[in-house]
Amino acid sequence: MLTITGYPDRIYARPGDTIRFMVSCESEITYRADLVRIICGDDNPDGPGYKEEELQSDINADYQGRKQHIHAGSYVSVSDARPLRALDSFTVQAFIWPTTPLKGKQALISKWDAASNSGFALIIDETGSLAIDIGGNGAIERVSVGAPLQLKRWYRVGAAYDAASGTVRIFQIPMLAVPDIADGGTKEQRLGVRMGSNRAALLFAAMPGDKPSGLDFYYNGKIDGPVITSRALGEGDCEALIGQTPQRLAFDIVGRWDFSKRMDSQIACDLSVNRLDGKVVNFPTRAMTGWNWTGEIMNYNEDPSQWGAIHFHDDDVYDAGWESDFAFTVPAELKSGIYAARLRGGGDEEHVWFTVGPAPDEESEIALLLPIASYMAYGNDRLGMDGGGAELLNDILNVINPHEIFLNDHVEYGGSLYDAHSDGSGICYSSRLRPLVNMRPKRQGTLGGFGGSKLWQFAADTHITDWLEAKNFKYDVLTDDELHDRGYQILAPYKVLITGTHPEYWSTEMWDAFDAFRQRGGRIMYLGGDGWYWRIAYHPEFPGIVELRRTESGVRAWPAAPGEYYQSFDRRQGGLWSRLGRAPHGLVGVGFAAQGFDISSYYKRLPDSYKPEAQFVFEDVDDEKIGDFGLIGGGAAGLEVDRSGGELGTPPNALILAKSENHTNTYLMVPEEFLETAPGLGAEEHVNARADMVFFTMPNNGAVFSVGSISWAGSLSHNGYQNNVSQITENVLNRFLDSSPFTAD
Amino acid sequence: MPPPSIYRINPIRDLAFAIEFMKEPVGHHSPGLQRILHVFRGEPLTDKYVLVTVTPHKKWQLARLSGERGKPLRRLDTFYSCLKEAERDVFRRRWKEATGQELVLPQQAEI
Ligand SMILES: [Fe+2]
Repeated sequence: MLTITGYPDRIYARPGDTIRFMVSCESEITYRADLVRIICGDDNPDGPGYKEEELQSDINADYQGRKQHIHAGSYVSVSDARPLRALDSFTVQAFIWPTTPLKGKQALISKWDAASNSGFALIIDETGSLAIDIGGNGAIERVSVGAPLQLKRWYRVGAAYDAASGTVRIFQIPMLAVPDIADGGTKEQRLGVRMGSNRAALLFAAMPGDKPSGLDFYYNGKIDGPVITSRALGEGDCEALIGQTPQRLAFDIVGRWDFSKRMDSQIACDLSVNRLDGKVVNFPTRAMTGWNWTGEIMNYNEDPSQWGAIHFHDDDVYDAGWESDFAFTVPAELKSGIYAARLRGGGDEEHVWFTVGPAPDEESEIALLLPIASYMAYGNDRLGMDGGGAELLNDILNVINPHEIFLNDHVEYGGSLYDAHSDGSGICYSSRLRPLVNMRPKRQGTLGGFGGSKLWQFAADTHITDWLEAKNFKYDVLTDDELHDRGYQILAPYKVLITGTHPEYWSTEMWDAFDAFRQRGGRIMYLGGDGWYWRIAYHPEFPGIVELRRTESGVRAWPAAPGEYYQSFDRRQGGLWSRLGRAPHGLVGVGFAAQGFDISSYYKRLPDSYKPEAQFVFEDVDDEKIGDFGLIGGGAAGLEVDRSGGELGTPPNALILAKSENHTNTYLMVPEEFLETAPGLGAEEHVNARADMVFFTMPNNGAVFSVGSISWAGSLSHNGYQNNVSQITENVLNRFLDSSPFTAD
Repeated sequence: MPPPSIYRINPIRDLAFAIEFMKEPVGHHSPGLQRILHVFRGEPLTDKYVLVTVTPHKKWQLARLSGERGKPLRRLDTFYSCLKEAERDVFRRRWKEATGQELVLPQQAEI
């Protein structure tokens, strides 16, 4: 069982930078921290073995651990202010689109003080109906409409409370009523209690409660256009508040929040004269279609007012916000690599890792670019336990590991971009400011193939660092996170850039910087599969969080809803890069073609591999079959595989050196590769369900070598690093380090 | 996740595919065996068989999922030291659950 989890405040560092480590222990134990450099994160006894180097550091010490909580659940908080505190009579109104109306009590709009039980809370009650709690003098009274809200339908809801008469009128009006479904109504009632005022914050989608956060009753669903007035309005006036505020009501408005404003921020803008802007907490989904979305426009930039909804989830999480246990300042002499604070205690071990890049002008010739965005995408995936069809997809039993059991016990650690929220909607934001417990050395993944090392992403990428060390190459470790932040300048010093095994998620900024390297004479070794597949966005202001919209096509764990294809973080349309005019085939010669997660296969050489200009690749390789061995599924071609294709953008000068064959029928074509449904989409029949090994030159003496397979790196260490996968990789790397132009000699 | 397969396993007609699975549980399968595996592997999450790692790379325990996030899985008193053996055992269990009959292999097909 996991007893220690932690995360660093930053994932990449350079000499002089300071990293803070946030640690939580399930019980009050003392744990030991040591600085280590991770070389090989694979403990498979059939592989090279786990390798890390212990280093002297002033962080090496015993620490007293304590439990730190993650407060999941998103909401908007408007600080208490005089106009809110002064409310005596009031009206509150909003449009809602509930996704779990029968979950139990959920707060929509509350100004509630739990200690004195005073204030009001507009809620969905235990019956799924709109209700309001009014509290004062220690008593609480509830009025419910008594008609269950229907799932995923828009309602205008609200309450008008008149303090003088002591009456409250609540209403729940379906925007699209249907016969025989009683999901609307109005209830007016004289109350025994008189609402007491309080200094609590005004909250949307939550209210004070007993969770460790001090809040509870988180709401699942959309809220659009909440408004509060300073007197009890009749139904006619409430209806008149839709759209432009009529002049006669202008002075009654206390707050009128428009979530379509500043959608890339974490501010909920109040358009009223009071300027009661709220703070959006835990990244609920923004740029969501509102009650008034017509479907006539798909891009919110054209008319944001139709995207006034925020979709709140009771399991949204951004920054765990833990206190730090210790900090580490990277000394000048520390060489570039993957480092970790290794934490041991209570029978458990945790690696809170980070990368160290070189000091300025100390760069090596080789850079390994770790795909942090893709780690975040898969971070804390729950594919093995509640992610759905993994066993069917993989054609092998799911193997559940301790970290997955931990995640199942700790819903508040959040999911990955492959998971669904508790209301079934897809998770489209993922943060690294929480422990990503699967992105650790040794920890196996559901998608890592049958038997073998069964590694995925971070741990699998250490097969590359292990090989670089075994072959005595001097290299630096960079991250795409830093590439996004700082651009091409961090790549410019290098001769060769090596990717990770699965660099699937790229922000536009990352793509452009990478392409600049490619265009300006850089040499690229793409030692992975399914790269450059999805566009993502980083938040312009908040660190460590990425956004994904799974639009239109592609292998999708969930679909973005119509009208919700544009990223809230950067205003761009999201989705597959190939659908956005930038297919990976044009960038690296190959693009995602098929996936399967049982056994991996091998490549067979093709005629291009015997051409003189490709000779350097196969120096000292006598075999026709490449990589019929390995730690990931047992072969070098496997898991997610990429093919070339001139029709998809592979450059016409590309040499197709080898292609994989003999994949099982669980390797199925990606959906964007076919139009009509037809049989024969498995690799036993479909010619395009394969990995291609490709080489091509670029202007300015640049070059690209791609293997188009996630499992390639798992074959590098076979037979003491003496094998054809290792040889080919070494041949290419040596040739790429040699600056001389590529000629057929 | 796709809905469960509606194919109904016939213990006589499909026996040959069970024999095929017992010979090689992982990798290439005939279409007939694939059809059976779609039934077994496509079972809903509630009570779905999974393996739990006891010792990485060495020992696994059979368990059944709760099917509900946050609810623990249920460990059974069955352990394996070979993943293919686990595949075979779960296949037998599912065969019995699907057909009501023990999977009895002809003598020469025993492995
Ligand atoms: Fe992927």
